[in-house]
Amino acid sequence: MRLGLMIDVDNCVGCHACAVACKSWNTSGTTGPLTDYMPHGEEPSGVWFNRIRHYEVGSYPDDNTVNLPMSCFHCKDADCVTVCPTGASWKREEDGIVLVDQDKCMGCNLCAWACPYGARELDRASGTMKKCTLCVDRIYDEALPPEERLPACVIVCPTHARLFGDYDDPDSEVSRRSRERNGYVMLPELGYEPTNQYLPPRSRPAIPIDELQARRQGPSTLPERLRRWVNRAIAR
Amino acid sequence: MKPALSLILFTVSSGAGLGLFMLLVLVNGLGIGPAMAPGEVMAAGILALALTVVGLVSSTLHLANPRNAIKAFNRFRSSWLSREGVLSLLFFPFALAYLVGVWSGGDAPPAWAQGAGIVALLLAAATVFSTGMIYASLKPIRQWHNPLVPAGYLLMGLATGGVLLSAVRVFGGAAPGPLTALTAGLLLAGGLLKLIYYFWIGRPAGPTLNAAIGFTGRRAHLLDVGHGHGTFLTEEFGHAIGPRASLVLRTFALVAGFLVPLLLLIALGSGDASPMVLGVLVVLSAFAGVLVERWLFLVEGRHVVNLYHGAQRT
Ligand code: SF4
Ligand code: SF4
Repeated sequence: MRLGLMIDVDNCVGCHACAVACKSWNTSGTTGPLTDYMPHGEEPSGVWFNRIRHYEVGSYPDDNTVNLPMSCFHCKDADCVTVCPTGASWKREEDGIVLVDQDKCMGCNLCAWACPYGARELDRASGTMKKCTLCVDRIYDEALPPEERLPACVIVCPTHARLFGDYDDPDSEVSRRSRERNGYVMLPELGYEPTNQYLPPRSRPAIPIDELQARRQGPSTLPERLRRWVNRAIAR
Repeated sequence: MKPALSLILFTVSSGAGLGLFMLLVLVNGLGIGPAMAPGEVMAAGILALALTVVGLVSSTLHLANPRNAIKAFNRFRSSWLSREGVLSLLFFPFALAYLVGVWSGGDAPPAWAQGAGIVALLLAAATVFSTGMIYASLKPIRQWHNPLVPAGYLLMGLATGGVLLSAVRVFGGAAPGPLTALTAGLLLAGGLLKLIYYFWIGRPAGPTLNAAIGFTGRRAHLLDVGHGHGTFLTEEFGHAIGPRASLVLRTFALVAGFLVPLLLLIALGSGDASPMVLGVLVVLSAFAGVLVERWLFLVEGRHVVNLYHGAQRT
């Protein structure tokens, strides 16, 4: 098995709900807490497993806003595990999940240096490295109803931009969508072979404007021309 | 990258200490220059071990959770940091055995001491090489992911060690003779290597912001980084310096670290000026230069995560 997430960039609206749900679940999970530094101070900051960044691709008017949530990609060839001197960072044989054993980590930061994707964050309070666990403490929990055995971020996403599944299984939803929609991984040239994939935006106009155009070219009756003139005058 | 003081002190101090020990075994074993008195060997040896220990202790200051430092020896087979730790610890018993042998054996140290010295030399070299490989093995930082890095660590460890050994010999009253020539050669090689390195990292290379987010074709830029007040990532990877400051500091590192010590050693070899003063000056200049060089090496490493934070290139 090779478990991972899939982000549909076409659907993601950049609301940060996944990051909040992640923090809320994981702060009392296996690698919790996710410490906040001065949460009520002037400059609050803290540990997060998932961060969302926003980009503009192209320039106006031919541009798109792209929201990119990023968490650990549970890479196949994970250098973060190779460089770890203590053995705290490890990759599970059975499902490929990369974890940090909080009892072994000495907080040397080397794994965070080795990760190209900024997926690891040191917790200053515990002195140990923390990162996405793929909700390993949810997805196998038989006390939960089967439909809830999913990472917290996947459950909460209001636009269904997040999927979870086994990339080794060619019939899984993530594998199928990857084939249909040209799923891609980030920075493949570095050779980490990330598991998590992204689905690029579909190419289609963002908002249908046919009706608008038809109206614009519509009959030029007097009231219509008057209305356009008023519109332009007010716009100025 | 963040230029952590603990890492600068560690690599400079341990590098010089291990370099000094390597040269001590070579100079004493091969009889380069006038024979070394056992007292001189001891002084150089103890200085080498002290610098190495200071460096290693300083490296533990870098750890956020030093309680688990002992576990760092666990992954010798995969991690260069673990290898460095194991090799540096193995170095000490052999180095001590060598010094004890030289001390007790006087002018003709026993064969086992010579053997221990050679093993210590090899372990010291392997330790410094591992230090370089910790950086060189990191693919996300293109300025570090390069064979010049471990080569540079070895050369600079040897050069600063040579500077120290020359000073020890001067204070021991001997004319260092061919040792100054050897050290001058190491300084020259080290300086040239850094020069090549600076040219090499100056060339734009590596992925762009577009490549990092997987959108090619139209140019992309950051709209919003998504966090308010800095994160672990910005603290650790957000450091950089401008081109002007970089040029000034690189020049200082090359001049103070390599050129001035080289000229001082030539003056020392010609025997005109007061050797003690020259001995002190050469050490001060070389270490000032190498400390700046190490600070620059760290701060000029640009992690690819900076692309996700809006940099167009690293
Ligand atoms: S994304 Fe980073 S932390 Fe996660 S497995 Fe890959 S290299 Fe390791
Ligand atoms: S910070 Fe912890 S998990 Fe990361 S490399 Fe160091 S010991 Fe391993």
